[in-house]
Amino acid sequence: MKVLVCLKQVPHSDARLDIRDDGAWIKDDGVKFEINSYDTYALEQALRVKDAGEAEVVVVSIGPDRVTQALRTALGMGADRAVHVNDPEAEGSDPLGVAKILAAVAAEESPDLILTGFMSEDGNFAAVPPMVARLQGIPSATAVVQCEISDSSVRVERELEGGAMEVVDLEMPCLIALQTGANQVRYASLKGIMQAKKKPVDAKTVADLGLAGQVGASAVKVVIEKIYRPDKGEGAEMLEGSTGEVVSQLVGKIKELGLL
Amino acid sequence: MDFSSDPELESIAREAENLASAFDDDYWSEHDEKKQFPWDFYRAFAEQGWMGIAIPEKYGGAGLGVLHAGTLLHTVAGSAGAMNAASTLHLSIFGMGPVIHHGSEALKEKVLPPTARGDLHTSFGVTEDDAGTDTSRIRTAARRDGDRWIVNGKKVWNTKAQQCQKILLLARTTPRDECARRFDGLTLFLADLDPDHVEIREIPKMGRNAVNSNEVFLRDLPVSNEDVVGEVGRGFYHLLDGINPERIMVAAEAVGIGLRAIDKAVAYAKERIVFDRPIGQNQAVAHPLGDSYSELQAADLLWKHAAWTYDRGLPAGGLTNMAKLRCADAGFRACDRALQTFGGFGYAREFHVERYWREARLMRLAPISQEMALNFVTEHVLGLPRSY
Repeated sequence: MKVLVCLKQVPHSDARLDIRDDGAWIKDDGVKFEINSYDTYALEQALRVKDAGEAEVVVVSIGPDRVTQALRTALGMGADRAVHVNDPEAEGSDPLGVAKILAAVAAEESPDLILTGFMSEDGNFAAVPPMVARLQGIPSATAVVQCEISDSSVRVERELEGGAMEVVDLEMPCLIALQTGANQVRYASLKGIMQAKKKPVDAKTVADLGLAGQVGASAVKVVIEKIYRPDKGEGAEMLEGSTGEVVSQLVGKIKELGLL
Repeated sequence: MDFSSDPELESIAREAENLASAFDDDYWSEHDEKKQFPWDFYRAFAEQGWMGIAIPEKYGGAGLGVLHAGTLLHTVAGSAGAMNAASTLHLSIFGMGPVIHHGSEALKEKVLPPTARGDLHTSFGVTEDDAGTDTSRIRTAARRDGDRWIVNGKKVWNTKAQQCQKILLLARTTPRDECARRFDGLTLFLADLDPDHVEIREIPKMGRNAVNSNEVFLRDLPVSNEDVVGEVGRGFYHLLDGINPERIMVAAEAVGIGLRAIDKAVAYAKERIVFDRPIGQNQAVAHPLGDSYSELQAADLLWKHAAWTYDRGLPAGGLTNMAKLRCADAGFRACDRALQTFGGFGYAREFHVERYWREARLMRLAPISQEMALNFVTEHVLGLPRSY
């Protein structure tokens, strides 16, 4: 079985972010990045398929040189090889542009199973996985919290609104987009890190994938006008002091309002 | 000169940081306060094979050098666990150096694979109260008894001895006045910490309390001949393959802890508003942080230079001691300035910088005092007359 895992590198959850001068995105100079946590569950799921039998796990990511770190981490965790779409022409792609690139890689790789995170922690669109499936003409399931993978099909449990769950069967090839917490993600072992050095990372450009002029900032249909931090609302009161002081002030306020 | 990044070292730092970040400041604060050995943290690193980083591949390790091991420990010391975290790991990493370089094949096969797996814990038994840094005057002695040795004496500052099954023990086997040179006549043993012959007493101390430091009393401790490391009478010279890596690794750790403290202080200086502006806008707050950060960067290059030199088998004593000296000072100064940045809150446990400060202070004392490191530099690097 061949499993393709799509990884996105996003700003680290501890990173302090500043807004770019044009207001359209964050400044990423000097920011620490990590693998989108949703995608780590997808990778773990793929590695479990590999652990359970014969499978090749290929990871793919789009972005500049720094993305190599994410791919190396994935290889250190046990993925077999990586595809890195490293091309300035891909920069600024909207979800459809990203999906086209990933679908083009999937078309070259012909995987039995594509695993992704449900959404990315920076963009929050949750749009790319179903678009990749549509472009590839394969079935997909999103918000997946559990999956049982057999030789030719996948049974998934997915979240619905209001706490309900749904069980869906999909025939391979198919795409599964995982929710966080779907499994316990492993760490790269030292042995894995050493082996990762010898594993291939295949660099590709947009033109290599036959997508010249179809993706990137010039081809977007969704434009981010601006990002901003909401102003502090009227009537908000900031409590100050040590944790103990803040807690006792808060309890006092709640009592004052007759809520306790 | 090539300062481009090394993908392998970057990977080690990144993955060690990923793993260490699962253990936050509160985890370490609690273990420090309760004096609990951080088994969860230790096992997490052992399970991923990190304990074998410097053990040859033949014995189940990764076969990497001091630069790689230093990068690991630098990263770990830069995590929330600071010195507690680094000390949990570093004995297993540098302590086996003399065995790797000088031990018999049988001894290596016996002890290196379980060390690499993280199953075998070994304490380092060199320092004594009456000898201090004057190692040639240690009083712990071993006498031959058929095909074994009987050891009597006392060691002090044995890190993690409460958790260890073995001790790498330096003992005098020929009286000092019968030796041509003062460091001759010392032998290195990898002895069992047999409770019938060994008493371990913890030393209450200022910081790094998740990892115990101890006095170890040895009474008629039998050690088999197979557990002699290297040649009888050459123990001190064999020990240098543990001592120099240890100093380099501690130097790397000191930079790690200093960088963490500066990072915390910078974040606080940006957020803490006094007199309607972030305190970091005041030069009296900002400049010490900038100064310490640049000191740490300079010190970082020095330990890496020492490690690179040691790993190539070149004479590294001078660089090692200079690195230990500069990194320990830079690390402690950074923690002290971070504490000052936090003002009164710096003294509160809640903000954790006081824990870093207590731990970084240790780097100026151990594994060798700044003054003894300076003595090495003045005598062996500058060629000045020995002062003691």
